[in-house]
Amino acid sequence: MSGWLTTTLIFLPLAAALVLWVVPWPSLWAGSIATLVALVEVGLWIVGLSNFDFDGGIQGEQQHTWFSDLGVSYHVGLYGFSLWLVGLTIVCTAAAIAYAWWAGRDRSRAYFGLMLFLLGAVVGVFTSQDLVLFYAFFEGMLIPLYVLIGVWGGADRTRATYTFVIYTMAGSLLMLAAIVVFGLSQGTFDLIESGTDDSSWVFLGFVVAFAIKAPIFPFHGWLPVTYRESPPEVSALLSGVISKVGAYGLLRIAIAKFPEPAQDFQVPLLVLAGVGLVYGSLLAFRAPDVRGVIAYSSLAQMGLITLGLFALNDQGFDGAVLQMVVHGLLSTTLFLIAGGIERRTSTGEFARLGGMAHGRPALATVLMTTGIIALAVPGSAAFAGEFLILLGVFDTGWGWAVVGAVAIVLAAMYMLRLISAVLHQGRGPAVTDAALDLRPAELGIIVPLLACVLALSAWPAGISERAFPGDRAAQVVEAQFK
Amino acid sequence: MIDTPSIDWLALSPVLAPLAGAGIALLLSVVLPYGVRRAVAAFFGALGLLVGLILAAYVYWKSPDAQGIVADAARRDRLASLAQMMIAGAGILTVGIAYRDQPRQEHVGEYFALLATAAAGMMFMVSASNLMTLFLGLEWFSISLYVLCAIDIELETSLESGLKYLIVGSFGSAILLFGFALVYGATGALELGAIGEAGRALEHDSMLLLGLAMVLTGLGFKASAAPFHQWTPDVYQGSPTPVTAFMSAATKVTALVVMLRVLNTAFPAQEDFWSAAVAGIAVASLAIGNLAALVQRNVKRMLAYSSVSHAGFMLIPIAAANELGGQALLYYLIPYGAASLGAFAIVAARERELRQPVTLDNLSGMGWERPFLGFSLALFAFAFIGLPPGGLFMGKLFAFSAAVDADMTWLVIVGVVATAVSVYYYLAIVRSLYMRTELRLVPAGGAPPRELLLTASVVVTLAIVVGSFVFVQPLLDLAGNAADSLRF
Repeated sequence: MSGWLTTTLIFLPLAAALVLWVVPWPSLWAGSIATLVALVEVGLWIVGLSNFDFDGGIQGEQQHTWFSDLGVSYHVGLYGFSLWLVGLTIVCTAAAIAYAWWAGRDRSRAYFGLMLFLLGAVVGVFTSQDLVLFYAFFEGMLIPLYVLIGVWGGADRTRATYTFVIYTMAGSLLMLAAIVVFGLSQGTFDLIESGTDDSSWVFLGFVVAFAIKAPIFPFHGWLPVTYRESPPEVSALLSGVISKVGAYGLLRIAIAKFPEPAQDFQVPLLVLAGVGLVYGSLLAFRAPDVRGVIAYSSLAQMGLITLGLFALNDQGFDGAVLQMVVHGLLSTTLFLIAGGIERRTSTGEFARLGGMAHGRPALATVLMTTGIIALAVPGSAAFAGEFLILLGVFDTGWGWAVVGAVAIVLAAMYMLRLISAVLHQGRGPAVTDAALDLRPAELGIIVPLLACVLALSAWPAGISERAFPGDRAAQVVEAQFK
Repeated sequence: MIDTPSIDWLALSPVLAPLAGAGIALLLSVVLPYGVRRAVAAFFGALGLLVGLILAAYVYWKSPDAQGIVADAARRDRLASLAQMMIAGAGILTVGIAYRDQPRQEHVGEYFALLATAAAGMMFMVSASNLMTLFLGLEWFSISLYVLCAIDIELETSLESGLKYLIVGSFGSAILLFGFALVYGATGALELGAIGEAGRALEHDSMLLLGLAMVLTGLGFKASAAPFHQWTPDVYQGSPTPVTAFMSAATKVTALVVMLRVLNTAFPAQEDFWSAAVAGIAVASLAIGNLAALVQRNVKRMLAYSSVSHAGFMLIPIAAANELGGQALLYYLIPYGAASLGAFAIVAARERELRQPVTLDNLSGMGWERPFLGFSLALFAFAFIGLPPGGLFMGKLFAFSAAVDADMTWLVIVGVVATAVSVYYYLAIVRSLYMRTELRLVPAGGAPPRELLLTASVVVTLAIVVGSFVFVQPLLDLAGNAADSLRF
């Protein structure tokens, strides 16, 4: 695939955002323009996918000197796994934008411009091959998220924005220090030209930033309030897409560029991941509302993905990449369904919900299918991902696999609880007859996401064997993707 | 018979042009009727500055090798020319911001004339390379600024601010002068390079070090670096907002560039001493500026503390004392000056719209009611934090790189923590602009009088802030060539 395609994937949404802001479109148009741009992105990504050689290294590469004094360039490109993450980003954002268009957001030009800006920034993060560029996009994500939550969020949005921004900035500024130290010691900020580093401090600077973004226990303090107060489609992107930036950074930078510290800190990081997995699952089981369950399950799933990454072997990496995509799709779907439920009942509290399956077959089917896949029923894509991850950590130590297996049981508990509390049991006080079934437009947004998950369930190897060239993940990572 | 030194008129011309503009503006204000005075004075003030800017650019282009002019009283080098361009540019933008500032007609001529004079003084000072010319330049622009701060006699706080600035500023000047005297006493030289030569033999002579410390203090006053910043919030808050905008950008450029030049030219042998001192001042500025800004409700005052904290950021590369540091400082000044001018310009516009001081509450909903100005202010706030797409992102990157290069990684950590703290108050601005719409201060549908020049100034500053992020290499080359004129 050509380098211009990568650049277009990044800058088309950014340019569209500017056009939305500057040109005084009628506000009804904004949503349709944004959806159109997102669909064009999906099309471009499919073109990229069809031209991608999964046995090759970096593709769609483009490099222009930005400023040579410090060896910084505009350098983008895609690996197999980053192609999948870019696809995840584009598909989920397209769904989120379409959902917001359907739901109708006020001040729509500003809103959809910010969503497109976010899309461009996230694609930029996944494709940057230069640390300064990566950091610029990484920080660039923060601005639209901050405004989206702060303006269109729920009642407690002020606290949510401050918590979210302060956590994120604390992490990313540590990363800035780490980037400066790393880049100057290497003489270049280019991720492909630079070699490895063995400084634990610099490694930790990166790890903390990514751990906050993901989030990984114990850096998840911002998660509950942010996921609850954001508009549902923004929560969907936060947990489906933005969290994967953290995991991606761990893989692309922390593990690949710092092999020795990664080995040294393998056990502590596995412990944190395992604790997050179990703790997140327990919190999800205890959460009193729909979004709480999805939010904490997201914490648990990021723990699982981290477990896979820090297994530092083939199965672990493959499983982590597969699970990133699968969890991204599932979590986006779940948050959009949660948004639909909240629209109908104006609450997400289990105490006021229940019995929604009756007379709402589409909602019941969609939620049931998503929930069952999310609890990793055998045969599902999530099962394939978790199985690979468990296989990976089993090689590191059987104890880790036990933790992971326990968490799968817990996942079944919280997901079934969610399904039952919303769909079954007695009819909740907030569920009235006015609460209709999912509308065709909503189904038109959610079903394609679900279809992706089902396709991956049928053929998980589509990703797990096509994430790293030659399916030799550990070797490729050790060679820093060169 | 006294020998007169040969005078390089071309090298002096960037300073003379705004002076000429100021003179013409003043003269014409006397003879012209009230109605056209403002337009004519502003035009000639701006024209003088513009010619100064162009001449400075020409001198920059023509002076790859630094040399002393007028018997080594000043230097013709790219450092001076670049700083002159920044100062003249800030002056022109200030004319745009100030154009509609004063409802009264009597003093408009002086207003723009003093602005051009102050800019000329600063442009002279950045090229000065002799203790006497340095002090001359300092007083030249300071006195102009004292008057400018107090010029709006109908503004309650203006006179107070002018007086405060006069008293504290004179105190700073006195310390600087005393420092100069001690340095001269220790080395017997007035020219910076000669002091540097003499200083090599003296190394850590106590009189020289005391002089150096006092010079740092005096320049610290002008740069509003903590702990010499106490005048800053009051003066920034009280002065007419365009004057504040000018001070925040141009005075910062002058003080920091002069500091860079004096320290590296006159005190290379004492580098260990001043590097540590500057690092200490930087840390104090970062800490005090950011912490104090957290509790401010008045936006001008908050931006004043923010300028203290940015002085801290810009002192980091000076403390690094390497070539990358010089380059980083000169690069940083460009987006910082633009963002600062732009932010104060928008505050000025809001002030004129509401006819009351701008507080965080008064900004509520401005982002939606005045889309362009609100968006710009939000973007400046993000830029001040160091988020893309603002050039300060690169500025911080370079400043931190310079510190790492000089083995002062701890300064980077301090800078990072300070940035994290600053997020809170900069975002408070964005929050007011977009997220607090419950307060409706402006009647719906109404629009303030169009201010073409102010809007144009904001457009230019916005373009500089974003452009410096995209076109980094050309600006780095400019800054690098300028930093080359010093001996690192």
